[in-house]
Amino acid sequence: MAEALHPSGDDRFAVLDKHLKRTHHAQDQLIETLHVAQEVFGYLSDDILMYVARALLLPPSMVLGVATFYHLFNFEAQGEHACSVCTGTACFVKGADAIVAAVRDGYAVAPGATSEDGFLTLRTARCLGSCGLAPVVVIDGNVAGHQDARSTLELIRAQARIPEEVN
Amino acid sequence: MPEVRRSIAITIDDTEIDAYEGESILQAARRFGIKIPSMCYLEGLSVWGACRICVVEVAGQHQPRPACATLVVEDMEVRTNTARLQSHRRTILELLFAEGNHVCAVCVSNGNCELQDRAVEAGMDHVRFDYRNPLRPVDATHPKYVFDPNRCIVCTRCVRVCDEIEGAHVWDVASRGHQAHLVTELGQPWGRSSSCTWCGKCVASCPTGALFYQGSAVGESVHAPDLVARLVAARRDHEWFPPVESPTSPNEQNGDDR
Ligand code: SF4
Ligand code: FES
Ligand code: FES
Repeated sequence: MAEALHPSGDDRFAVLDKHLKRTHHAQDQLIETLHVAQEVFGYLSDDILMYVARALLLPPSMVLGVATFYHLFNFEAQGEHACSVCTGTACFVKGADAIVAAVRDGYAVAPGATSEDGFLTLRTARCLGSCGLAPVVVIDGNVAGHQDARSTLELIRAQARIPEEVN
Repeated sequence: MPEVRRSIAITIDDTEIDAYEGESILQAARRFGIKIPSMCYLEGLSVWGACRICVVEVAGQHQPRPACATLVVEDMEVRTNTARLQSHRRTILELLFAEGNHVCAVCVSNGNCELQDRAVEAGMDHVRFDYRNPLRPVDATHPKYVFDPNRCIVCTRCVRVCDEIEGAHVWDVASRGHQAHLVTELGQPWGRSSSCTWCGKCVASCPTGALFYQGSAVGESVHAPDLVARLVAARRDHEWFPPVESPTSPNEQNGDDR
């Protein structure tokens, strides 16, 4: 990178700063800014939330309030890979439970948590709006329909073989 | 300078009144001494419209309307206490009681609680829903005050008074649905928040025993919800009325002013 290291010693803040500058530190850009922060840092730690609050001159409690309102924001470090299983009505009827159980047991990870080795985060979601494809799983952002326990585990293994850069 | 406001004729429970343009049904009713129960509404603060205890029926509209968040309209006919509304209010109150841990017998606000008063008025003698009995740790880290989320109904009066009157915005609501709860700053203990000015307006505004002075015993906590309206009026009109009642700390009550 041509620019000097960000004063915090963490260059990821430079990306966030660039976004802040582009949006003129506008307070009504809070959600957008949180999105960028999560993209850059992977999750929203207290430090990041405080950084955003200060940058937009907003009260920290309001920033936390907005961030926790949306399911899309994470507040803990995420695994290298993420597997979301839809547990909405259609997917539930078609056996989402068995998929959740298989991933949970296969990777020793509770729904909503990240495995101890940091490899996989398991999430459950409420209806992704693709009920025709039930049961639906999303692996690292790729939607896959008509899954069962075995095919889901296979997808996760396949995903793990893709080297980071291509990912 | 008193602004001239256009009059709007409306009827509330068969009484014709002259409401002001831009006024809510609740404000108009109160000026004429007509009682409509409220909880999240507090005179002097912005309107939140969350608790729905103030629902009224407006002729020609099928859905009940929140009186605090519905502006008066010419020739409006409002009913404030039909059987349907009574049943709605009672259901809302029962849901609030089932949602948190409201144990009046051990509460600092026993006898001085708006939730309790509303329940008594509504004749709520039991709760038809299963109690959730949530686990909510008390925050007693502030040197002057205590926050007991078990008694919080998330009316956001404290959030708004802190933001709109004190200007500190220490409080806000985090999460959503039945998980919605109050936080100070980034969720750290209240005593560790750097923005709190110790002004106590949140304590004065709280309708329940969720916010109170350290050292309060059962039934000892008295709120002063009219404080907000007084401050707002003083700021606007430059007229200062002596307080009717002011929030007192237990030490002051005992004559031991530390
Ligand atoms: S602490 Fe009191 S004023 Fe604040 S939201 Fe809860 S009940 Fe309302
Ligand atoms: S229930 Fe899974 S996509 Fe709708
Ligand atoms: S007082 Fe009107 S909605 Fe709460």
